Amino acid sequence: MEAHTDTTTQAGQILAGASGGSRRLGDRIFSNAATIAAVTILALLAGVAIFLIVKSIPAVTASAADLPEGKTLVDYIAPLAFGTVLAATLATIVAVPLAVAVALFISHIAPRRIALTLAYIVDLLAAIPSIVYGLWGIFVLGPAFVGVLNWLADNLGFIPFFTGPASVTGRTMLVAGLVLAVMILPIVSAVAREVFSQTPRRLEEGALALGATRWEMIRMTVLPFGRSAMISGTMLGLGRALGETMAVTIILSVSGVVSFDLVSQSNPTPIAANIALNFPESSGVAVNALIASGLVLFAITLVVNMIARVVIARQNLQ
Amino acid sequence: MPQDPIGAGSGVPEVVPEGAGGLAVAGTGGGPLPEWTPYTVTGGAAALIALLLAATGSFSIVLMFVLTVVISLPVIYVWSRIAEGPRRALDRLATLSIVAAFGIAVAPLISLLYEVIKRGTARFDSAFFTESARGVVGAGGGAEHAIVGTLVITGVATLISVPIGIMGAIYLNEYGTGRLRRALTFFVDVMTGIPSIVAGLFAYAAFAVFLGPGIRLGIIGSVALSVLMIPIVIRTSEEILKIVPNHLREAAYALGTPKWKTVTRIVLPTALAGLVTGVMLSIARVIGETAPLLVTTGVVDSLNTDPVSGRMQNLAVYAYTEYKNPGVMKQAAYDRAWAAALTLIAIVMILSLIARFIYRRFGTEIR
Repeated sequence: MEAHTDTTTQAGQILAGASGGSRRLGDRIFSNAATIAAVTILALLAGVAIFLIVKSIPAVTASAADLPEGKTLVDYIAPLAFGTVLAATLATIVAVPLAVAVALFISHIAPRRIALTLAYIVDLLAAIPSIVYGLWGIFVLGPAFVGVLNWLADNLGFIPFFTGPASVTGRTMLVAGLVLAVMILPIVSAVAREVFSQTPRRLEEGALALGATRWEMIRMTVLPFGRSAMISGTMLGLGRALGETMAVTIILSVSGVVSFDLVSQSNPTPIAANIALNFPESSGVAVNALIASGLVLFAITLVVNMIARVVIARQNLQ
Repeated sequence: MPQDPIGAGSGVPEVVPEGAGGLAVAGTGGGPLPEWTPYTVTGGAAALIALLLAATGSFSIVLMFVLTVVISLPVIYVWSRIAEGPRRALDRLATLSIVAAFGIAVAPLISLLYEVIKRGTARFDSAFFTESARGVVGAGGGAEHAIVGTLVITGVATLISVPIGIMGAIYLNEYGTGRLRRALTFFVDVMTGIPSIVAGLFAYAAFAVFLGPGIRLGIIGSVALSVLMIPIVIRTSEEILKIVPNHLREAAYALGTPKWKTVTRIVLPTALAGLVTGVMLSIARVIGETAPLLVTTGVVDSLNTDPVSGRMQNLAVYAYTEYKNPGVMKQAAYDRAWAAALTLIAIVMILSLIARFIYRRFGTEIR
């Protein structure tokens, strides 16, 4: 396919080159426009990094007294980064097993006729705006979870994650993590499903012909075949969860603590939520500090996404 | 015809020779369970639990679902293990767990849509679409200014993203070679993962460098949305351009058509339906964004249609601020927030449905 395109491209160029000058001019303008668009897009991505860095510099050079909360920049961002990673990790741990199961259900278990419709329904989860997830989390899921939170704090309080005292509103890390899990499930599941459905038929049918049950067939052929897809899907989901803003901003009652307690009402603040909460009312060097925290978030998600893309690219080569 | 006892499906005949060593599936007794067993057990368990819950007066769909799964999974496993042996029992357990996982994944969607419709309809009235929030303290008021703002901001973002995105896709598919092409492919994928709030901060920072700090304009929001939208447009457009058959291009070249005319007169018209679908889906993706607009367009109560002057409200930020600062009559503000959420979901759904319709109706010749 690739080589074919190249040959036709060359043929087109030779033909175009052989004819009159006005044609060559049109070609040159159009191909330059396409190249300019390509360069613009790369420049845009570079611009994101550059402008964030430029606007972060005043916060880096400012003294601790001028920064919000009177802390140094590192002391200011570190607890926020902790909150970000905690929420995203929790969401990923919940979402990945579910997403893999959903992918298997659509690719191997559900009847072929309805599989596409089911995939569409799962993708709808990704189409819902995050503000709506936030409202749903705080008004519906949170209150519904108060009983569960109390039970966890009362019965499993010896585990550091459930120390309590349990929140009475449901505005906790656990609920935020669950909502994030629902939000990232479609992307993880879509990446896994794509590869699961490409499992070679000869492997699947070979396993079945040897007398394997369907689950054994899945475990012995589909899951090993899709391993790198599960890894890259997990990383993509993690990247989404790290940067997701509105749902956590609304659901968490943030207090900037560093704590693993998932059920109490004082929660660590993720970077994105901190920006959304404080940016509209901030001025001066506080804005620069917020942009610096955004730069940290950008760097974290960039690394996670690049790992995911490298894994996918390597898998496509094989 | 014998029933397919393990539901292996896909037309593979079930050949399990007796005494085939470790692969023998046959259990200790009873033989394979009839095909209806799992349905009967789960259905029966669900009905029983529903009755029990209703009798104790604590009926809830969630509780019923959870208890049904918790009870029917072990029952089926044990029954199947006795009748069919451990391997088929494990197969049944795995299959049912996967089905249950799908149920768990879809449950939030159902609950969310139900709640948004239930709570959003309270203020889903004509005043909501024709009045602004100017001077409104308690009940009443509307989101006209936010709806107009959403349309203007997203419209400008579309005007920025579509030409760049489609030209970028043309570059990738028709012109690109070597390192620039590889770099663009890789970084477009990476760009799809940029957190939306970071896109907002970038747009703010870029404008603040030139226009001074504290700047809030509709167009800044459009630039932020473009950062999120361009990678989606370029990705979908590239997929569509890829499936335009090569023989169309070759036929054009054979007639001596220059390349740029081939692309503009042959390739793009053939791919038009797919391109429109991709653009609409990308609009649907960004129209509900809150975070990047919260930091770039500001919050305002009155109508503003000029993206390059003054603050501009939009639906998502409107829903957020109504929830965050409900003022004196909390419920009225919450109702407006839910109505805005319902409007957003309706817009997103309608856009996706129209996109699908266009692709089905007009995109057939290249599939």
